[in-house]
Amino acid sequence: MSKGIALILGARSAIAMAIAHLFAKNGYDIQLAARNPDSLAADKSDIELRYKVTVTWHDFDALNIASHEQFVEQLPLLPDIAVCAVGYMGDQTENERDMKVTSMVMRSNYEGPASILAVLANSFEARGSGCLVGISSVAGERGRATNYIYGSAKAGFTVFLSGLRNRLSKKNVHVVTVLPGFVATKMIDGMDLPSKLIGQPEEVAVGVLKAVQKKQNVIYVKPIWQLIMVIIRNIPERFFKRMNI
Amino acid sequence: MILSGWGRYPRIDAKLSAPRNEKDLRALVLKGNAIARGNGRAYGDSAVSTQNTLHMKYFNRMLAFDAEHGQLVAQAGVLLADIIDVFLPLGWFPYVTPGTKFVTLGGMIAADVHGKNHHKEGSFAKYVEWIDLLTSDGSIKRCSAIENSDLFKWTLGGMGLTGIVLRAAIRLRPVQSAWIEQRTLVADNIGHAIELFEQSHDVTYSVAWIDCLQKGKSIGRSLIMLGEHADALIVPSKYRKTPLQIPRKRKLRVPLEFPSWSLNSLSVRAFNELYYWNGKRKRDQQLVDWDSYFYPLDSILGWNKIYGRRGFAQFQCVLPLKTADDGLRALLSAIASTRVGSFLAVLKRFGAQDSNFSFPMEGYSLALDFPVNKGSLDLMKRLDSITLEYGGRFYLAKDSRMSRNVFQHSEPRAKDYLSYRNKGAIPAVFGSAQSERLGL
Repeated sequence: MSKGIALILGARSAIAMAIAHLFAKNGYDIQLAARNPDSLAADKSDIELRYKVTVTWHDFDALNIASHEQFVEQLPLLPDIAVCAVGYMGDQTENERDMKVTSMVMRSNYEGPASILAVLANSFEARGSGCLVGISSVAGERGRATNYIYGSAKAGFTVFLSGLRNRLSKKNVHVVTVLPGFVATKMIDGMDLPSKLIGQPEEVAVGVLKAVQKKQNVIYVKPIWQLIMVIIRNIPERFFKRMNI
Repeated sequence: MILSGWGRYPRIDAKLSAPRNEKDLRALVLKGNAIARGNGRAYGDSAVSTQNTLHMKYFNRMLAFDAEHGQLVAQAGVLLADIIDVFLPLGWFPYVTPGTKFVTLGGMIAADVHGKNHHKEGSFAKYVEWIDLLTSDGSIKRCSAIENSDLFKWTLGGMGLTGIVLRAAIRLRPVQSAWIEQRTLVADNIGHAIELFEQSHDVTYSVAWIDCLQKGKSIGRSLIMLGEHADALIVPSKYRKTPLQIPRKRKLRVPLEFPSWSLNSLSVRAFNELYYWNGKRKRDQQLVDWDSYFYPLDSILGWNKIYGRRGFAQFQCVLPLKTADDGLRALLSAIASTRVGSFLAVLKRFGAQDSNFSFPMEGYSLALDFPVNKGSLDLMKRLDSITLEYGGRFYLAKDSRMSRNVFQHSEPRAKDYLSYRNKGAIPAVFGSAQSERLGL
């Protein structure tokens, strides 16, 4: 018996896939949404075989916001849970020089995710139930020289989720904001980072499932990140601007 | 980074990458000296290449299952544990399983693993219907008994030196329950043990645990454990409604390395005595769940740490049937006389095996673990010579220290393998620390 349906937006990422696996393991049918979704054939069969749930795939382009309403209408069933794991970091140096790339980063991390969640929010609100999960980032907590373009878009997304939660809290629709720190995905392959701070995609998934079940609002995946961000947010700007972090 | 196998010896500074898709994997293979690495359960350096070790952890999807024929198609990085998790509740079990379930499909194919049923049902290769192999020129070849059959035969048991297995189709066995009916026989010495094995030829699973510290008349004193898949009707009444499920067990974890003195001849002797008498006491037929029966050591996560910082080595050889009795006697005398107690010594009857480079041959296989130190390394060299003397050969998935000379004497087949690989069929862009050591 299915426990409900979980829609995973931006399903190709390692975090999205880990979330899909964990929800399927817990009895949810899965809708995988991404561009060229047929390339997810192996993941679809894998999840179906492992957890005996139904997996469907759906063509979804986060940047094509004009298509989002139609995308939701065409889903075979309106999901109970929607997780948006869309995101793109790019390369900061390139982001600084090329406004086209900058715009792409901003749109992938804010405009696209906010747009699709806005459409889903309206459907969930009309139905009077559901849970929306946005994967944002600790990078959105304060602008740093090394990734402020990505960070500013994530900041926008975090605020959007906060507002959405405020609006929908009276409508029996819950909104979860996820702020992972570093996660062992393609995004950080090749970066030299302290291993204690790196989470696994599976840890993010565990955090998301728990947040959905317990209606948590904002979660950090590794508790250490909560502490780190309290410190980073509270460093006075006159010192912060001279720091290399 | 420092890589090693399950025995944590040798430790090698090696380059490790974990590609996430076929395109990246292919680019890495073309750099040369590549070896695929699954879950790192080969004991030695089989899955380590100093220049180009390729972790297959992201190739771990199950692709299709044909419930009519029990055929599973899966990517090479899928763990055997996951296959059992998914398919045992549906009434399917692997035909052949090694002593741990934490191995990957690709690793089982590369080492052509065997289980306690080799005498009756052969090795893993027998149940592989086809593989997709990423070869040295970057192309992917479907290999089976019909298609690219030479490449297929050299890849099964070929220790990853023909290419990288991407996907495979294997056949699973239908089972009625998750339980094994076990009987234990007591053998007073090695001759008796062989006699009992020969009488038990029709039993699906058989394996003997040997007390290596016995000498003289009782040399090779052992317990022989026989097993059959249990019918649904005879599983314990408490579980009869769901015969394909077993109760969940707690796992233990070895939290840190034991000091190396903790496994000395006294503690090994005590363990062996206890094990022997306990086995003798429980001789009657009993039902054992699949996990405890096939994978007793898997319930202690990280048990390889009990051998301490220097790690351990396993010696596993097979002797042909006609020399087995004398040969085993010679091996066991050498072990008993040095008092470098082995914690676990396992004896297994192999059936005939028809394959290009797989380890098994019809005869008896003996496997022993030793903590790595001067005494045990010297002893293993003596065991090497005895094995050669009796016409035996060695299991590469366990090997971490054999010399090139010993290997080449034991493996007349290595020449053919090398000439096949050098012929241009597979120019040697694949290689491991082990293949370098052995000249393979």
